[in-house]
Amino acid sequence: MEMIWQGILAAIHLLITGDPEVLEITLLTLKVSGSGTFISLLIGIPFGTLLALKHFPGRRFVLSIVNAGMGLPPVVVGLWVSIFLWRSGPFGFLNIMYSPTAIIIAQAIIASPIVAALTCAALQQTDPKLRLQIWALGATRLQYTWLLLKEVRFSLFAAIIAGFGAVVSEIGASMAVGGNIQGQTRVLTTATVLEVSKGNFDIAIALSIILCVLAYGATLGLTLLQQKQQGGP
Amino acid sequence: MKKKLKLRLSFGFALLMAILVIVSGCGKAATPTTPAATPTPAKPDLILATTTSTQDSGLLAVLIPAFEKKTGYKIKTIAVGTGAALAMGEKGDADVMLVHAFTSEKKLVDNKTAINYQLVMHNDFVIVGPTADPAKVKDTKTAVDALKAIYASPSIFVSRGDDSGTDKMEKALWVKANLKPTGTKYQSTGQGMGQTLTIASEKEGYTLTDRATYLATKKNLKLNILLEGETSLLNIYHVMQVNPEKFPKVNADGAKAFVDFMVNADTQKLIGSFGKDQYGQALFFADAGKKMEDLK
Repeated sequence: MEMIWQGILAAIHLLITGDPEVLEITLLTLKVSGSGTFISLLIGIPFGTLLALKHFPGRRFVLSIVNAGMGLPPVVVGLWVSIFLWRSGPFGFLNIMYSPTAIIIAQAIIASPIVAALTCAALQQTDPKLRLQIWALGATRLQYTWLLLKEVRFSLFAAIIAGFGAVVSEIGASMAVGGNIQGQTRVLTTATVLEVSKGNFDIAIALSIILCVLAYGATLGLTLLQQKQQGGP
Repeated sequence: MKKKLKLRLSFGFALLMAILVIVSGCGKAATPTTPAATPTPAKPDLILATTTSTQDSGLLAVLIPAFEKKTGYKIKTIAVGTGAALAMGEKGDADVMLVHAFTSEKKLVDNKTAINYQLVMHNDFVIVGPTADPAKVKDTKTAVDALKAIYASPSIFVSRGDDSGTDKMEKALWVKANLKPTGTKYQSTGQGMGQTLTIASEKEGYTLTDRATYLATKKNLKLNILLEGETSLLNIYHVMQVNPEKFPKVNADGAKAFVDFMVNADTQKLIGSFGKDQYGQALFFADAGKKMEDLK
């Protein structure tokens, strides 16, 4: 019980004093997971749109793969990205293993299926009558897609939240491709594991609280934006 | 109409924010300004494959900044088990290795994967267990007898099981004791030393640990040292470069600089005094220049 109190006190202390290392780790976590999520949007939204609106042979099969990809284990992604990025791997010449870029790539891979699947589901839920109406008004294909995406923006925000939530909380991939290097690739989840293995439970608890606050804060911001978009109460 | 404009604006704002996050992410790569005295090497990134014990004990947190300040290299420390660290070297995925399993290391030296092989330091392995000591390990004289006593008692033994240097040492001891531990009494965690100690403490089991990690994490443990001081329990650390002739991508200059740094007199003094103020005793003994046979 005493450990929990100490942990919470240490967390408050770290937050108030703005410990430079904790601050650096927190900022890096935000940058990496934010970038990873953003790239996953660039991949996931077009891909999900294609799956929802275009009919092609094998579409259902691809969709089942994307849906399964929502549960893609980060540690598996970490392993495969490592194999490709190691010096001995096919992309070793890029020299980006154990860098924030490597984590961003892995996290984008983790979040992309989530964004794609949710985008696809959202578009497929739109009213068929509305679609017909848009066509009837003489919209081009691009205008049609754009209008439908705007129609489902509420769900798209949910997709962003889900994607960000998945990557900010994952550890397997960050540990494998980042290496938990101090001052370079140490993010909140890997730092927490390190402090636990060092037996510094108070700092670990502090980091875990910061991680939760960060994840909640980002989600809160997106939720507010989402509700504003929807014009809800 | 007005609402629509507002909609578009806030949508654009969201996009702008996202772009800002990206740009700030790429622009400011984490490179703190180095003081003027520090040289800037042509190939600054250096990958060090090492064991969890050097990281969990806190030694690297002292040595790495000193090395970076002195030479200007930027070290990427990958702290894994010795088995994994050596595997990285074998594939040329690391530049320099600091590990502690000399029988496995010898293979790499013999097949010319590792060069510039230098003795750095040692400490020792100890057998720790619950204070009550139900297996009466305290009455045994050798590690082999201790393992036999633990296996014959109802207590459990917690193993690293991760092919680390400590794990290799423990497996060798079981072989020496002519035992093949199995079943619920022998539990393999697959994790680093710090976590394995926590698990052993919670389960009131016994485990083999390096002294440094035990001392560094002792404050949270309900474990005591029950057997120590046997010469076969020496835990010897070597540093070595990955051979650039075999793996041309390796940062040979950086690796050489790191090996030189680890064996130079100032660093050795740092190693020898590390932990004295915090734990009342040094966690490692500096050994550069000595031969393996000279140790204790």
